[in-house]
Amino acid sequence: MSELLERIQNKLNNDLNGVVVSSQLDYDFPVFIVEKANIHHVLETLKNDGFKYLTTMCGIHFPDNAGGEFAMMYQLHSLERNERIRVKCFMSEKDLDMPTATDLWASANWMEREAFDFYGFKFKGHPNLKRILNMDEMNYHPLRKEYPLEDASRHDKEDKYFGR
Amino acid sequence: MERNIDIHPKHQPDGFEGQGFFATSLDKAVGMARANSLWPLPFATSCCGIEFMATMASHYDLARFGSERMSFSPRQADLLMVMGTISKKMAPILRQVYEQMAEPKWVLCMGACASSGGIFDTYSVLQGIDRVIPVDVYIPGCPPRPEQVLDGILKIQELARSESTRRRESPEYKEMLASYGIE
Amino acid sequence: MEKVTTPTPESKDYSTLNLGPTHPATHGIFQNILTMDGEIIVKAESTIGYIHRAFEKLAERRPYNQITPITDRLNYCSSPINNMGWHMTVEKLIGAEIPKRAQYMRVIIMELARIADHVICNTVIAVDSGALSGFLYMFQWREKIYEIYEAICGARLTTNIGRVGGMERDFTPEIIEKIKAFVNDFPKALDEFDRLVTRNRIFVDRTVGAGAISGERALEYSFSGPNLRAAGIDYDVRVMNPYSSYQDFDFNIPVGTRGDTYDRYMVRMAEMRESLKIVKQAIENLPAGDFHADVPEFYLPAKEDVYSKMEALIYHFKIVMGETDVPKGEVYHAVEGGNGELGYYLISDGGRTPFRLHMRRPCFIFYQAYTEMISGGLLSDAILTMSSMNVIAGELDA
Repeated sequence: MSELLERIQNKLNNDLNGVVVSSQLDYDFPVFIVEKANIHHVLETLKNDGFKYLTTMCGIHFPDNAGGEFAMMYQLHSLERNERIRVKCFMSEKDLDMPTATDLWASANWMEREAFDFYGFKFKGHPNLKRILNMDEMNYHPLRKEYPLEDASRHDKEDKYFGR
Repeated sequence: MERNIDIHPKHQPDGFEGQGFFATSLDKAVGMARANSLWPLPFATSCCGIEFMATMASHYDLARFGSERMSFSPRQADLLMVMGTISKKMAPILRQVYEQMAEPKWVLCMGACASSGGIFDTYSVLQGIDRVIPVDVYIPGCPPRPEQVLDGILKIQELARSESTRRRESPEYKEMLASYGIE
Repeated sequence: MEKVTTPTPESKDYSTLNLGPTHPATHGIFQNILTMDGEIIVKAESTIGYIHRAFEKLAERRPYNQITPITDRLNYCSSPINNMGWHMTVEKLIGAEIPKRAQYMRVIIMELARIADHVICNTVIAVDSGALSGFLYMFQWREKIYEIYEAICGARLTTNIGRVGGMERDFTPEIIEKIKAFVNDFPKALDEFDRLVTRNRIFVDRTVGAGAISGERALEYSFSGPNLRAAGIDYDVRVMNPYSSYQDFDFNIPVGTRGDTYDRYMVRMAEMRESLKIVKQAIENLPAGDFHADVPEFYLPAKEDVYSKMEALIYHFKIVMGETDVPKGEVYHAVEGGNGELGYYLISDGGRTPFRLHMRRPCFIFYQAYTEMISGGLLSDAILTMSSMNVIAGELDA
């Protein structure tokens, strides 16, 4: 695994001039953290390097990480070499504009819409960026940590013995 | 070969019987007919729908109870079977389906999600379909076993059998519908 | 049979057809707004989210062992695979070594679940093309799988089977007998279904060429599972990244060539036979030993120990209340679910609940290709395409 980490890191840094901010090995996964401005170049380079399969992508919210409250995670897979890697980029909550990956993978379409629906990432260049799972009328992004999970309309749970 | 077979219809209503005739009240005759020819509309959304498939299939065989003919058109259905989670996005559609059904109509609510939201006490799930439409029978379970579904359908049949033909015109019924905002 | 295409001049009047969300022919709730030129679909637009239940948010509030019941409801046609995928993810995080016997037991259950999943999908394709009897025959056999589940864990559909660290109890001799009987008898039923449907003229005419997708396009859409393999790409997580001792078994990965409805059906048929082969090997070579790992902080102690031993009581309390500390870290673990690569991406901050749990749901990812696959085809093909992709609403909307 560490050879893979080193190889990808060298390749990215050579091709894109020191783009990798940091990298580590999380269990069996090499993880690369890059700047948001470079994420599209990185993904494109990796796709051309054989990581043709976009396994999944998702948003993450770190409310305590000042300046990098939101993160976007991409997980790529090279089916020929059977290598899996993860790429992440952090961003501040004031600036959630992201380049889209729909031009690289058709499957990124709904995954980006999901990330928009859940966290409010704005993917520039996405063909149809609107809510996918929730209703269009919803006025917040429910998976952010500050919003409650529970439905607010229930009254039967107001029970002093259970402290709710 | 001569055989003397005594046939007792299982759900024969009370009445007067004699040589070649049987007299009962209209209510009871209509109730019996309705109960044994319910056309259910399966409104299956998730896991409970799979258990309902098992109930319909050969092993549990829902057809034994006179509910074999699924009606996928709400206009021709008597019984709305709501099976599975109803999200807030889905709720208006469920309500529309209910409104499209002709009277008399019954609602069977299968599983914890449809009854109360179940384990999904979340921002997106309707906490029980009785917030948007009236429900006649609830089946608990997550998902309920097919035997429970059969029992629920028998309960609906009991309701249909014992219902007065005038119930749907009664002010109480109208008031109940009005409390849901249904005309 | 190639896709029917007509010239589409801009001036032509198209009609719009709303298919769903409660259309009888769509199993589950999906809405598709189709632009139709007569019987031919010109354009389609899907709306999903009708049973969005917020699994990912819910998981952030629950201790690790209470997340298993949520995973049941992802792909509810094969819940044991989801359960075990989740258990293996947590085991990867805590670094538990699972004994061989437990791994084999898991393989048996997962492969039975795969059969149950494919039975639903394939019989439903047959129902949608007009053959109800296959459904009635095969559901009898699905009940047998349910009986095995019931003997193992007590539940039929939403099984919550196993524990983090292994299985909750050992297989009894009756369970092993039941599994052996199933492995012995099921091929006959499968053959019968095969004879009834596979070479049926109507079925073949309806399905060949319907809803086809090329392998290249399927990869761009990140297809996985039987739908990808039907398009000719032999990607299977069980072989690519073996988990739970899949490397010990001898089985084939069936692939199709054209990626159409018929190929998807055939791949699933062949996979059922391969799964039976795996179950057979696993049950015959079931190793002796323990059925759970030695991780007392995560694995519930036996009830008699809880009543008699102080240590077991403490562990029991901590596990039930979800007070066990877990290591910090990020893990991703994927299993081959009924529909493809089912992955769990888990971020732990050391607390009692996951910090973030993202589920890679194969249905969600491949269903977005649906509009492309049905465009240019007939409306009746669109229905068959949906049932052959085995889109499960619970997994789609999470």
